[in-house]
Amino acid sequence: MSPISRGFRGRRRPVDPGRVPPGQYVVDDFPVLSAGPTPHTPTDEWSLTIAGAVGEARSWTWDEFLALPAETVTTDIHCVTKWSKLGTTWRGVSLDFLLEQVGTTADYLTAWSDGDYTTNLALEDVTDGRAWVAHLFDGEPLEPEHGGPARLLVPHLYFWKSAKWVRGITFTEEDEPGFWEAAGYHNHGDPWKEQRFWND
Amino acid sequence: MEGAALLERLRIRRAITWRTATVASIADETARARTIVLDVPDWPGHVAGQHLDVRLTAEDGYQAQRSYSIATAPEDPRIALTVERLEDGEVSSYLAGDLRPGDEFEIRGPIGGHFTWSVEDGGPLLLAGGGSGLVPLMAMLRHRAARESTVDTRLLVSAGRWDEVFYRDELSALAAGDGLVTRYTLTREQPQGWTGDSRRVDADMLAALGPAPRDAPRVFVCGPTAFVETVADALVGLGHAPGAIHAERFGPTGG
Amino acid sequence: MSDEDAWLDGNAMAGLLDEVFETEMTTAVHVCRSCATSSAVGAHRAYRSAGTVLRCPACGDVALRITELTDRHIVHLTGAWRIEMPRR
Repeated sequence: MSPISRGFRGRRRPVDPGRVPPGQYVVDDFPVLSAGPTPHTPTDEWSLTIAGAVGEARSWTWDEFLALPAETVTTDIHCVTKWSKLGTTWRGVSLDFLLEQVGTTADYLTAWSDGDYTTNLALEDVTDGRAWVAHLFDGEPLEPEHGGPARLLVPHLYFWKSAKWVRGITFTEEDEPGFWEAAGYHNHGDPWKEQRFWND
Repeated sequence: MEGAALLERLRIRRAITWRTATVASIADETARARTIVLDVPDWPGHVAGQHLDVRLTAEDGYQAQRSYSIATAPEDPRIALTVERLEDGEVSSYLAGDLRPGDEFEIRGPIGGHFTWSVEDGGPLLLAGGGSGLVPLMAMLRHRAARESTVDTRLLVSAGRWDEVFYRDELSALAAGDGLVTRYTLTREQPQGWTGDSRRVDADMLAALGPAPRDAPRVFVCGPTAFVETVADALVGLGHAPGAIHAERFGPTGG
Repeated sequence: MSDEDAWLDGNAMAGLLDEVFETEMTTAVHVCRSCATSSAVGAHRAYRSAGTVLRCPACGDVALRITELTDRHIVHLTGAWRIEMPRR
């Protein structure tokens, strides 16, 4: 275990343990962490595609996506690097709605993004009001450094599952570990069970 | 420790991993910078120019990590870092602020093979330091002095103000010795009667300092990225071989 | 934070790489599997998030990925590598 550096606090504030998962600390800023350079896809070149093991693959342009029914969500988010940000507000299209448009019996999906990022999820983790494709943060268009034009939002899992710059969801019969899952992170990633790494 | 024995010891590599360092003493260098002397059990020794990774852990588990050059010569039994408090720097404001003797943090090192110099490597030397970039160069100068080397060495120090320059008295004393020429440029404010330079480093300043490219000096440039890029480009423009220029950039890793 | 701040050059990863490979790594050479460019580790772009990712300076493809678990490092290497490891 690392020794504690007396008096070192960094820039955070004290935490309510009932509100915050184990091992997390609360931040007021919004750290930008990325595995690669920030894509800057213009919205006139953007599309969202849901395909793979689906009844009918669908694709939406940016304007078509903005015309879909959207919800405002206020939630806490938890990054596996230990920061948590409380009470964040997003607006996006629910995965429940998007799935109704395609129909699937597959149990797994891979979300893929501009750049080479992927993450995998189980169907049950993105249904029943637990996941969105979000394009507004705090009422403003999502900035590229935070995943704009649109990112996946799955706040009940560690935030690496909320793929920035999402461009598609591919449903699969088998579970296929994504970028960080294949590198040693936990396949599921429940912050309340502290499922950070594959051997947790 | 004799140079040859030190080099031999470094060849027998030890695994580099996080270890606990205890603060032995702290002294002010300037209004914003402090030199921190550390106790590290079983310290394997280092070569001038190398650095440490420093990791702080708060009680809630939050960790922050930065890199700092080792300020002391390999001959010095102490390991010391010189840290300048940066505005908004969460690590530097702790290390050069709240830190007290007896406090602990983790270090990993010594790190770095390409930005190092030992007397055995020979000269002449051209050293250019911007702000905190002077720290690893000071380790090289202290090593040079400890070995009583008189190798032709030209040092350029760039800072905003005179009172921001680290190790002023020691540099004056060293410059009075054999073979070291030191030139300062203060870019923001100069004391009354200042006869040194007062502009950002440029090719003319470097050409005037020397050594000339035909003397094939080993060049070490350290400091903020913009400073390093400017100096390296200017030196290549003057005819120095790019391969002879060792650069260490203090990038935007925070403070 | 701007995009300029999002990456560090590979030299900033010297400590982690030294710890993992137990040798000086910044001069190790990587030949990219995508564009075949040959570059020293120190010239690559390093990104730190859930783990550390090193990318080819020419094309941006991932060269190396390191995840730090509590009891081990997990390392993925792509392309061709030349690493010198002195004998003890």
